Amino acid sequence: MATVVMTSLDSRSRAASRGLSDIKIRNLFIIPTILFLIVFNIFPLIYSLGYSFTDFRASSNAPANFVGLQNYRELLNDPFIWANFAITAKYVIVSVTGQVVVGFGTAMLLNRAIPFKGLITTLLLLPMMLSMAVVGLFWKLLYDPSFGIINYALGLGTFEWLANPDMALYAVAITDIWMWSPFVMLLSLAGLSAVPRHLYEAAAIDRAGPFYTFFRITLPLVAPILMIAIIFRTMEAFKTFDLAYILTSQPTTEVISIRLYKMAFQEWQTGRSCALAYIVLIMVLAITNIYVKYLNRVKER
Amino acid sequence: MAAVQTRSERALHRLAIAAVLVITLLFLAPIYWITSTAFKPRNLATTIPPTVIFEPEISPFVKLFTKRSQLRTAPAPEVYAAAPWWERLVFDGGEKVVRSGRGEVQLSGYPNRFMNSLIVAITSTVLAVGMGTFTAYGFSRFRVKGEADLLFFILSTRMLPPVVVAIPMFLMYRAVGLNDTHWGLIILYTAFNLSFSVWLMKGFIDEIPKEYEEAALVDGYTRLEAFFKIVLPEAATGIAATAVFCFITAWNEYAFALIMTNRRAQTAPPFIPSQVGSGLPDWTVIAAGTFLFLLPVAIFTFLLRNHLLRGMSFGAIRK
Repeated sequence: MATVVMTSLDSRSRAASRGLSDIKIRNLFIIPTILFLIVFNIFPLIYSLGYSFTDFRASSNAPANFVGLQNYRELLNDPFIWANFAITAKYVIVSVTGQVVVGFGTAMLLNRAIPFKGLITTLLLLPMMLSMAVVGLFWKLLYDPSFGIINYALGLGTFEWLANPDMALYAVAITDIWMWSPFVMLLSLAGLSAVPRHLYEAAAIDRAGPFYTFFRITLPLVAPILMIAIIFRTMEAFKTFDLAYILTSQPTTEVISIRLYKMAFQEWQTGRSCALAYIVLIMVLAITNIYVKYLNRVKER
Repeated sequence: MAAVQTRSERALHRLAIAAVLVITLLFLAPIYWITSTAFKPRNLATTIPPTVIFEPEISPFVKLFTKRSQLRTAPAPEVYAAAPWWERLVFDGGEKVVRSGRGEVQLSGYPNRFMNSLIVAITSTVLAVGMGTFTAYGFSRFRVKGEADLLFFILSTRMLPPVVVAIPMFLMYRAVGLNDTHWGLIILYTAFNLSFSVWLMKGFIDEIPKEYEEAALVDGYTRLEAFFKIVLPEAATGIAATAVFCFITAWNEYAFALIMTNRRAQTAPPFIPSQVGSGLPDWTVIAAGTFLFLLPVAIFTFLLRNHLLRGMSFGAIRK
């Protein structure tokens, strides 16, 4: 952890000699936040790192025994855990791809003079501001095989969505796509509207076809912002818990967060779940790192 | 956009507008369905074909707030006549309102959970935005060694999966008695939102010209006075936008609430799904609960529309 070290400050601030010095103010403003985050985020993680090397069970009074790397070894050799990761990967791919296709497509359509554009964008944003758990629950009614409006609208009869092991993960992904495509749409739209118009005019003068214009002008210029949207959504989809947990209880939708939750709070394998949490944590931090790199690159433009 | 020229371009333009309208309606359909179900009589909530035109009722909301039990036999006419209008609505649905021995109406779990949600979301928002604004100012105006690393550290705490943090927090809270308390959730949500608030506020404060404060300092203000009297008023819009974002996040949060609370401090997100137990759920009541729960967020979304983009992208995009 880098410490906040005093450096030279604005020497013109004569007033700093009265009242608190700038350095004191800076430390007073920054250090409590850092401490708060260390106490409530980093300390718990260190605490659970310790438990990840034990066979501790929070449901019993038995003392924790040190088992070394056994938890990690067993988890990494457990085909069921790998199956959970595979389900998570499938979910991430389906859901993020869907969001990019729908979101970017809608942004392309919206990137023109459209009446009530402001109102339309605001309305499209509504789904992602709502609670995943609460709205997700309502999709249970929409997906209902006998009286859900989805089957009715698509003429699917009594097609099973959530109770169907092959379909359930896609059903969860569709709900996620509904909620989060607008996010991709919003970011893409910001990127699209920033493309200088003279580039399109030049392309038109050169009689460039629409495909050429799209792949050589639009896409490269929107790509950095689109990447931010994709990485962010990948990270969130990887961590997904609420939607899948509420909508179904199929083994085919048991993403890694749900496995972790069950291991920790239903099976009470506390030590083992701490080890799994660490494996997940390392993966998330890797994606976060990539995300922040892109974020800074876009900010610098 | 460039002026529409040829006939085919004009047709394409119209087609795009039509497509946008269809997409918008599709996206709004689930929200419309929640709203309309919240005002339906129970027997129209699950019909095929779906009921679109109906006489709106308030009974789902009456049922949402009261504890009810099934009626085995119809109420005696004099009981029915003596009952207030809202109780008659419950009778009409084949249920009766549960009363205590002294005849007081028993409330359902919902109002309590809604209050818990309000307490937790508002308190954690005030804490996160307060601390976040100070810290953002510190990072924005002073040189801090290892600034990029510190900011990355702050952001990375936000990215932690809730379940990962929840396991040790659950054990620690159990040791100090914070499980199932408001403060337990408030601390978690403050920590979760703090990083977001620092990042967003830093962007807003970076945009306030330094010269404003410098002029104030020359005029004899202290640094703290300049912060409170010059910077804070300038940052008011940013603070409001950040606060709304933090509120919505805390209001919507599910995983921590599910794990850390079960009764006393339980918020609405884990409570509402728990109503769908076994048997046939009354979807009108669930829709009513969902509708009331979503309403504040919907209002805030409209108020926040100009800052949404910036907030959702952690300040990557300004507009």
